[in-house]
Amino acid sequence: MSFVTVSNLWQRYGTRSILERVNVDIHEGEFISIVGASGCGKSTFLRMLLAQEQPYRGEIRIDGGTPAREPNLERGVVFQKYSVFPHLSVRDNLIAAESFNTPFGRLSRNARKAAGRRADDMLERIGLNHVAHQYPASLSGGMQQRLAIGQAMNAKPRILLLDEPFGALDPGTRLQMHDFLMELRDETNMTVFMVTHDLQEGFKLGDRVLVFDKPRWDPHDPGRYGATITYDFDARDGGIPFQMKEETDVSE
Amino acid sequence: MRWINKIPERPAAILLAALPFLAIFLAYAIASDIRLEANPQDKLLPAPSTIVETAQRLFTEPDRRSKEILLWNDTLASLGRLAAGVGIAATLSLAIGLAVGLLPYARSTLSSVIAVLSMVPPLALLPILFIVFGLGETSKIVLIVIGITPFMTRDLAQRVLEIPHEQIVKAQTLGASSAVIAMRVALPQVLPRLISNVRLSLGSAWLFLIAAEAVASNVGLGYRIFLVRRYLAMDVILTYVMWITVLAFLIDWLLKNLSRRAFPWMEAGL
Repeated sequence: MSFVTVSNLWQRYGTRSILERVNVDIHEGEFISIVGASGCGKSTFLRMLLAQEQPYRGEIRIDGGTPAREPNLERGVVFQKYSVFPHLSVRDNLIAAESFNTPFGRLSRNARKAAGRRADDMLERIGLNHVAHQYPASLSGGMQQRLAIGQAMNAKPRILLLDEPFGALDPGTRLQMHDFLMELRDETNMTVFMVTHDLQEGFKLGDRVLVFDKPRWDPHDPGRYGATITYDFDARDGGIPFQMKEETDVSE
Repeated sequence: MRWINKIPERPAAILLAALPFLAIFLAYAIASDIRLEANPQDKLLPAPSTIVETAQRLFTEPDRRSKEILLWNDTLASLGRLAAGVGIAATLSLAIGLAVGLLPYARSTLSSVIAVLSMVPPLALLPILFIVFGLGETSKIVLIVIGITPFMTRDLAQRVLEIPHEQIVKAQTLGASSAVIAMRVALPQVLPRLISNVRLSLGSAWLFLIAAEAVASNVGLGYRIFLVRRYLAMDVILTYVMWITVLAFLIDWLLKNLSRRAFPWMEAGL
């Protein structure tokens, strides 16, 4: 049973085509890595999954629901940077995941205590309890990203979107973050989409690796044709391709 | 070694900072001395000792007729007007700035009109204000508000726009409504900017205050300066000018410290 359904998705800015004819079905609990060259539309695809952008044509449904018109609670997101609030302490950033969903953005005393306890649990899980009362700017890049992931998870989204979450981290921290993310995923069985530049990272973490590329190329007008999913790898057993998309029909 | 790489040591730095002050004082003292030597009745550049005496008298001795110390009355009146004007301007600019920065509809409606209004020279409107609001407190406060609000609003709106869009999107994925994003994400992040805006616009606020007081008033620091100008009482004027400078400096210092106390997260990265 498909959980996230992307059907015939197109995106274009002005006359420049970015994505065309993207069709894919994602099962619940799958970890999807999205790779491709720069400017191939993988970030655009993520923004549409996030409902930050509306598709030119086609639609994305989560669990058969109506396509979203703006970002909402169903989608959690972690960007490469700026995903946490600099004016809130680490602990308050986690509590914000619950308090922002109220009419005034603040919790009652009791609700705040309960949220505080859950925040402490999450702090434990993401290993940040020793810096609970510091501000994000004083944390290292890896800690900030752990906080961002914890914050997104605290809001209990149905899908988690990661936009090059480890792109700004040094290689050692990156490896630690991989372990952290895998642990968290094993515990929650969340459906995750991760855009990455790093092929190795994509295959290591993902159950499936989607490759975005342009199947058609007009040398006189590079913006003419958009990219689509050209390969859909099963990455669970070291990345042996189980399905190669048939050559896209150009005449269609 | 290049001059751009030469850094003064601590004692030298303090001495260098004191140097211009000393130079100003010396230049004044010498000029005053020369004039007083030629004519002991000269009122244009009173001796520093005369100024100190006058200052003592102004700060401590009550006026013969009203039995009140005029300088304190003037100070209270002026600071009250300044606080009212700057307070209203800050509140207005914060509300409009947040709206313009966050809501595309407000931006489309208001951003051009604010840009045009900020070009209107406020002092040119002073006669209109006196006609409309009378010669009382209202017109003076309104002049300050009109004078500094557009600039503060534009700057705050710009700051709101500069908040990384990632944060706004993230807040939405946490279920925040527009109001919650305004109150919990944008507002706390532009408040430090509001304070530094207030600090920057205090200079203009004083200018508008003194201008308004000079034209029509019966109490106030600016009023007093323009009143005693008729008697060429330079010692009184200079005392008032220095007093205003001290007040402005103190307010600025207080705001700077308030900002540092109230927003510890600003310095977390340093």
